[in-house]
Amino acid sequence: MTAAREVGVAQGIPPGEPSAIELRDAGLGFGKRTLWEGLNLSVAQGEFLVVLGPNGSGKTSLLRVLLGLQGLTGGSVSVAGGVAGAGNSHVGYVPQQKTLGGSYSVRGRDLVGLGLDGHRWGIGLRARKERRAKVEAALAAVGASEYADRPIGALSGGEQQRLRVAQALVGEPDVLLCDEPLLSLDLAHQHSVSELIGTAARESGAAVVFVTHEINPVLKFADRILYLVDGRFRIGAPTEVMTTETLTELYRSPVEVLRVREKLVVVGADEAGCHHAEEGED
Amino acid sequence: MGKLFDFGTTGELLGFGFVQQALLAGALLGLVAGLIGPLIVARGMAFSVHATSEIAFAGGAAALLAGIGVQYGALGAAVLIALALGLLARRGSERDSVIGAVLSFGLGIGILLLWLYPGRGSNKFGLLVGQIISLEGPDLTLMITCTLVVLVVLALIYRPVLFSSVDPEMATARGVPTKLLNPLFAVLVGVATSLGVQTVGALLVVALMITPGAAAARVSSSPLVTTVLAVIFAEVSMLGGIVLSLAPGAPVSAFVTTISFLIYLGCRVFARTRPQYATPAIAT
Repeated sequence: MTAAREVGVAQGIPPGEPSAIELRDAGLGFGKRTLWEGLNLSVAQGEFLVVLGPNGSGKTSLLRVLLGLQGLTGGSVSVAGGVAGAGNSHVGYVPQQKTLGGSYSVRGRDLVGLGLDGHRWGIGLRARKERRAKVEAALAAVGASEYADRPIGALSGGEQQRLRVAQALVGEPDVLLCDEPLLSLDLAHQHSVSELIGTAARESGAAVVFVTHEINPVLKFADRILYLVDGRFRIGAPTEVMTTETLTELYRSPVEVLRVREKLVVVGADEAGCHHAEEGED
Repeated sequence: MGKLFDFGTTGELLGFGFVQQALLAGALLGLVAGLIGPLIVARGMAFSVHATSEIAFAGGAAALLAGIGVQYGALGAAVLIALALGLLARRGSERDSVIGAVLSFGLGIGILLLWLYPGRGSNKFGLLVGQIISLEGPDLTLMITCTLVVLVVLALIYRPVLFSSVDPEMATARGVPTKLLNPLFAVLVGVATSLGVQTVGALLVVALMITPGAAAARVSSSPLVTTVLAVIFAEVSMLGGIVLSLAPGAPVSAFVTTISFLIYLGCRVFARTRPQYATPAIAT
């Protein structure tokens, strides 16, 4: 525990306060291929961790481990003080934006409500008033009240993604796991969805793990970055990780990081890429 | 044509016990179909319901040949095939063609078994086009038992099934045991389908299991409202179909499917007339 405690103290977390996420000597591989190993990571409560890296570097797999959908090949993981397990009610999840099946069968508010108690058995007739109040609050928090009664299939990608955020937040999670939530959104929505997640996490004190390949929309919220490339990784503050030296070392080929009008531009990473992009991840 | 609206005869026939039994059987089926229909529609399972009903038909025909109650053959076959289809990946690319292959095979086998059956013909075609009104009457004990089982299990698993139907990825992430629920729900669909095969017949089960749910989904997106509407639509089709068929003595299923389809058309037209599609008038 000492190593983890040290990180916690360095982050200004009171000693004894458990971390939101704790990975110890964690490793993950599929068959002969190792995605990453020796990963020690402690995410403090209220911390915003951005996970970056090329396709196939194991970003999504890391999230699946934290969701309890994927077992580690080595080491241990704990989330919100317990085992990483599906159904951990302290965990909220925002997936990639994609078209939902049967999307004319429910309204936005139903999607949010299912995020609250859809995993429970029964019909859900008890405490409906309380449930409705929570759903209303979550809808209002993401500015989705106006279209909450429309079928989700009739909504735009940006509107659906706002509902996704409400769905993840309605259970008041301690840990918020986001898997490329900005993918296929236009710039304006990338910005607003990032704002929603960043602000909500700050207000509630939830820890955030935000997997993305686009750092800029979340740069101002990022406390630390975990950058994964081909089994190598670097963890640190954005100013430490997002540098020409660090990324060149990680990619093992010349990569340049430029700062243009408050935005980071990474040149050369796409070409350097990952040699195993077709394997491992879905 | 005058026979169609001979209310005197209808009233007279409604006094008979076997007609009342048929109405009760129809009401049970309408309830089950209405409750389960919106979920089937949300999961895109219409085609597999059709396949299940053809297999139930083959099972019923086999039971007829073997001298066992038709209803048991239909139920057993429907549950088995529903389970098998439920274990198929939900959105696999092969799913459609697998179902198609199974469906036609079931129908073919069923027809062969009926041809082999030496007995009289009324039971034979009842399996295909319905035989709810007969002097032997439906097996009410079995129907009531099946209805209760479906209602109880559905009440237990309703919320996670709805979750995994509309949002499977998130449901899995939240710990919904989809691998358990998919086959379990499929078995419920199998039981419900076999009830349908005994009443409206294998060819027309879809009219009760799918059409009311699909019609309700056109006019509302609230799970509660669509479920209530689907039950009403299914009951109106089923009971209305039975009552209308009495005087002319025509096959029940013709009336059931017609009413059910007209309701569906009406719902589509109604949805068209509204500026904001399916903005629910009733908040839940």
